[in-house]
Amino acid sequence: MNITVNGKTHQVEDTTTISQLLDTLNLDQTRVAIERNFKVVTKDEYANTPLAEGDTLEIVQFVGGG
Amino acid sequence: MEITLNEKSIVVAADETLHKLRDRIKPEADIVIHNGHPVKDDAALARGDRVVLIKRGEKPSAEEMEALLVSRHTPGVHEKLKAATVGIAGVGGLGSSIAIALARSGVGRLILADFDIVEPSNLNRQQYFIDQLGLPKVDALKENLKRINPYVQAAPFFGRLNADNIPQAFAGVDILVEAFDAADQKAMLVETFRQKFPDTPLVAASGLAGFDSANSVTTRRAGKNFYLVGDGVNGAEPGRGLMSPRVGVAAHHQANAVLRLLLGEEP
Repeated sequence: MNITVNGKTHQVEDTTTISQLLDTLNLDQTRVAIERNFKVVTKDEYANTPLAEGDTLEIVQFVGGG
Repeated sequence: MEITLNEKSIVVAADETLHKLRDRIKPEADIVIHNGHPVKDDAALARGDRVVLIKRGEKPSAEEMEALLVSRHTPGVHEKLKAATVGIAGVGGLGSSIAIALARSGVGRLILADFDIVEPSNLNRQQYFIDQLGLPKVDALKENLKRINPYVQAAPFFGRLNADNIPQAFAGVDILVEAFDAADQKAMLVETFRQKFPDTPLVAASGLAGFDSANSVTTRRAGKNFYLVGDGVNGAEPGRGLMSPRVGVAAHHQANAVLRLLLGEEP
């Protein structure tokens, strides 16, 4: 199925969870903030939130320093 | 004729002079500034002149301080800033500079949160002084802010922020600034705050280490009520440390974004 991540289209398996998507994209689960269809998804939900066709995700990855 | 005295408009006689004015209004003043220049001699005043009378070491009253600060602002700006409460999560390299910028700008209330104490390595970029080593940063910063603008209310929170206490610590802020150091803490704060307070603007930062061009530090809208400052990639690591100029650039991007939001503009 097709989803959009940060404005770009990605093709993923039908039952992909947010957790699995992060692995595929090589993103550290502890250093991201995610919105799915304009709603905040919290870290405890990543593993049990399956994506759906047409989902729009905004993922911000943080780097340290401040 | 009309002149301004300590940034307030007053009417004086046509033959008023600097020293006559001083002796009448503030005889103890030992510094007289006439149209931006400190002067010792007496001089006649003209319509529209700006006179500032200062007694060395004396703190202006709250009313005077307000008038003096406002003099550098665009009209209408001050009331909005004075009415605002801004939360600053972390008062290290980013947060200490942001707090000072907002205090100088006249923001009414700042909530300052940090678990850390002042250490020597902090002094390469953080707004603390060598005689403050060992003090909790929130206390040291509150002291420093008092020395700049005693009429800013600074509420310190000395402790670690987490998903449980963040809502409580920052309930009632008009804007929250994320100024943490660790990437996972940044993510935690952003997620927690945006979920609990989706209608309150959040200004976060990511990517400000080293000495790459300052031009690669930007402010962008990263979501509804969510703004992100930085280059997004330059994390602090061995070989790429946090340096005052670039950290300051990012901090002032954040502070400027706060001002713009308080004044009804998109950062």
